Amino acid sequence: MQAAIPVKNAAPAGGEVVLSARSVSAWYGPKLAIRDVSMDFKRNSITALMGPSGCGKTTFLRCLNRIHESALGTRASGEVLLDGADIYSRGADPIVTRRRIGMVFQRPNPFPTMSIINNVVAGPRYTGITRDPLELSEIAEQALRRAALFDEVKDKLKAPAASLSGGQQQRLCIARALAVKPEVLLMDEPTSALDPLSTLKIEELMQDLAVDFTVVIVTHNLQQAARVSQFAAFMLGDEDRVGALVEFAPTERIFTHPQDPRTEDYITGRLG
Amino acid sequence: MAATLLFVAIVVGLFLQLVHGSWESLTTFGPGFIWSSAWNPVTNKFGALPFIFGTVVSSAIAIVVASVVGIAAAVFLAEFAPPFIARPISFLIELLAAVPSVVFGLWGLFVLAPVLARSVDPFLAHTLGFLPLFSGPIYGVGLLTAGLLLALMIVPTVAAITRDLILAVPNELREASISLGATRWETTMRVVVPAARAGIMGACVLALGRALGETIAATMVIGNRPAISASLFAPSYTLSSVIANEFTEATSSLYISALLELGLILFVISVIVNGSARLLMFSMLRRERPR
Amino acid sequence: MIAGARLEPGRRYRGLAGVLVTGFCSALAAGLLIVLLGYVIAQGWTAINPSFLTQLPRPVGVTGGGVANGIVGSVIIVGIATLMAMPIGILTGLYLAVYGRGFAAEFIRFLAEVLSGLPSIAIGLFAYTLFVQPFGHFSGFSAAFAFTVLMLPLMVRTSEEAIRGVPIAVREGALALGLPDYGGVLHVVLPAARPLIVTGLLLAIARVTGETAPLLFTAFGSQFWEANPGAPMAELSLQIFTYAISPYDDWHRQAWGGALLLIAAVLVLNIGARLALSRGSKRR
Repeated sequence: MQAAIPVKNAAPAGGEVVLSARSVSAWYGPKLAIRDVSMDFKRNSITALMGPSGCGKTTFLRCLNRIHESALGTRASGEVLLDGADIYSRGADPIVTRRRIGMVFQRPNPFPTMSIINNVVAGPRYTGITRDPLELSEIAEQALRRAALFDEVKDKLKAPAASLSGGQQQRLCIARALAVKPEVLLMDEPTSALDPLSTLKIEELMQDLAVDFTVVIVTHNLQQAARVSQFAAFMLGDEDRVGALVEFAPTERIFTHPQDPRTEDYITGRLG
Repeated sequence: MAATLLFVAIVVGLFLQLVHGSWESLTTFGPGFIWSSAWNPVTNKFGALPFIFGTVVSSAIAIVVASVVGIAAAVFLAEFAPPFIARPISFLIELLAAVPSVVFGLWGLFVLAPVLARSVDPFLAHTLGFLPLFSGPIYGVGLLTAGLLLALMIVPTVAAITRDLILAVPNELREASISLGATRWETTMRVVVPAARAGIMGACVLALGRALGETIAATMVIGNRPAISASLFAPSYTLSSVIANEFTEATSSLYISALLELGLILFVISVIVNGSARLLMFSMLRRERPR
Repeated sequence: MIAGARLEPGRRYRGLAGVLVTGFCSALAAGLLIVLLGYVIAQGWTAINPSFLTQLPRPVGVTGGGVANGIVGSVIIVGIATLMAMPIGILTGLYLAVYGRGFAAEFIRFLAEVLSGLPSIAIGLFAYTLFVQPFGHFSGFSAAFAFTVLMLPLMVRTSEEAIRGVPIAVREGALALGLPDYGGVLHVVLPAARPLIVTGLLLAIARVTGETAPLLFTAFGSQFWEANPGAPMAELSLQIFTYAISPYDDWHRQAWGGALLLIAAVLVLNIGARLALSRGSKRR
C-alpha cells in the first residue's frame, strides 16, 4: 500500500548503536505500565516513538535516562546500554547518567527565578562541571547558538526566562539540556504546547541537532514523526493499559510497508 | 448585609477606639514618646523605647531561629521524607500551633528557662562571652529565653506554610533539574526553594507578626524590666507584656492613655508587618498563574 | 565508561548532610511538642483530682482547692462569644461568597486580614475601652466580646471558602425549583457548606479557648462562683497564668493541672475540626 504521509528522511545504512534498551518494563506503584520494550538507537539518528495516548511511549522515554524512578513508588527493570554499559547496573549512578542523556519536556519549563543565561548554565554550574564565569558564558553562548536562540536573546541574557515566548522558552530548555554536553537528547512531545510556527522552528532545529547528537522524540503527531525521524517505533497499550512495542523500523518502511496490521490501522487513521 | 456592616464597624471602631483612648498621651508626649526611655508612673513620664526594643529583639531572635528550623523542616517533609514519616511529623507540627500560649509560657518558665540558665547560657557565656551579647549575669528569664520560646511558638507557622508552598512547586521544574544531572538536594536548593522564595518570605513575615504580638508567653519569661541592655541574658520588656502587667494597676488617666498608645503602636506595627506578608504571598501567587 | 562513573563524593555528601540536617530540624520541632506534651501530662496528672475539678480556689497559703469556677467561666465566656461570632461571621462570609466582587468586598477581605494579624492584647484593649471603662467594672461579657472579635476573621474566611466551594450547579438547581434566592441559600447552599463551616467554627473556638491576654483587663478573674456575665469572671487560662507567676508551689501544681485541662480541650477541638473537614470532603 501507499501511505498518505510523505517521509522525508531515508534511514542511514549501518551506523553504530549508541543506546540500546533491552526488555525494559516499568511500574507505577503496583501497576505495570510498559512490558519488555527493546529498541536500538543509532548514533546521529532521530527516532520517533509513536502511539495513542496511554501506550507508554513517554514512560519508556523516561526510563532511558532513569528519570522515571525519580517519582515516588515507581520502578523499572531491564537493561539500557549506553555505549555498551548498562545504566541500570549496580555501579551506575543515575545522576551521572542523566548528564550524558539530556531531556526536553512537553511543556517548556525554564526555571522561573533565573535569568535566561542562568537557565542555560544551571546544569554545568550546579552539577560542578565548572563555576568559572568566563567558561560558563562561553558554554551559554555555544548552547544558545546550537539551539538557534542566541540571536534573539543576545541583548537580554539577564532578563527573566519567563519573558520569552513559548517557542523561545522551549528552545531555551533545549539549550539548557545541550549545555551539559549530552550524547543523547530525549524529547517528550516537545512541540505539543507550541504554535505551528514555533513547532516548525523546533523541527528544523532537531534535524540540525542530529548532526552531533542522537535524538529520541515522543510524538503523537504522525506528520511530525514522518517529517523529522529516520526510525520510528509504534507502541500500543493492551486491554489492561500495559504498553508494549508493536513495530520498530526505519520511518520510511513503517509508513509505506508496515508489517503489523495494528500499525497500519494507526497510521491510516483507523485507530487512536 | 447588616452582619457585614457590623463586622466593618467592629474593625474600624477598634482602630478609632485605640486612637481615642491614647489621645491624652499622644498630645502630651507627641512623637517623642517613641524614642523616650522614661517609664515612671510616679512622675507621669512615659516613653515606649524600652518596650519597642524588647519586642523587636525578642521577635528578631524568634524569627531567625524559627525560619531556619521551620524552612529546613518543611524542605525535609516536602522533598525527602517518605509519607509514613512526613504525615505524622506534619501532624505533630500542626498540633504545636494549637498549643495555647499560656501553656507555652508555663513550660518556658518552669522548664526552658531553668535549662537555659543551667547549661546553655553558661556555655554561651563561656565560649562567646567576649561579645557583649553573651556577657553579663544570667537570670534564666530574659531576651534569649523569650526569643527561643517565641521561636518554638512560630515554627509551625513557618513550617506548615513553607511545606505547602514547596509542594505547590510544579513537578516539571524538579524533573528539568534532575534531567540535567543535578542531585535531589541540588534540585531542592537551587530550583524548588527559589521558585517558592517570595511565598516563603511571606510566611516568615507572617510568623514575625505573631511573635511581635504574642503576649502571655513573652510576659512569663522575659523578666519584665524596662531596660535596654546589650546582653541577651538580661531581662527586658515587650509592648504587649507591659500592657498585660500594668494595665489593671494603672491609676492616672495619663498612665492608662500611655499604655493604650503602646497598644496603638503594636496595632500599627502588626498591620504593617502582616500587610507586607500578604503582599509577598500575593505577588508569588500571581506569578504562578500560567501566562 | 559510564558504569564506573560515580557521582563526585563532595556532591553526594552534601546531599546526605542536607537530608540529615533538615530531617533533624523536623524531628526537633516535632520532638519539642512531644516533650512539652509529656511534661504537661506528667506534671498536670498529679494535680487533677475530684476536688480540683469541683472546688473553688482556696485563699493564698491554704493548700488544695480547685479551678471549677474557671472552667465554668471559660465555658460561659467562650459560649457567649461563639453565639455572637457565629451569625456575624457566617453571614459576612456568605455576603463575600455571593456578592464577593467589587471594592466593598475587597475592603471587607482586607479588614479580615488585618484583624487576623492583630495581637490579641490590642483587641482586649478595644473591649476594655468599649465595655469596661464606660461601666466602671470588669465583666465576663467584655471578655466574650474580645473573643468574638478574635473569632471573626477565621469564621469569615472559612465560611466564605466553604460557601464558595458549593458548586454553582447546586445553587442553580435550587433556583430552578422556583425557590427564592435566600431560600436556595438557606435550604441548599448552607447545608452543603456546613462541614467546612463547622471546621472553621471549631478552629475559632479552639483559638480563643487557649487565649489569655485579653482576659487580663476584661474578665479580670474571680475567686468565686460567678455565672453573671455582667460581673468579673474567673477563666481557666487566666487562672493558669496567675498561678504560674505566683510564688507558691501548690499554685504551680494547679497551674500544670489547668494546663493539662486546657491543652486537652484545645486538642480535642482541633481534632474535631479535622474530622469535620474529612467528613465534609467525603460527602462532596
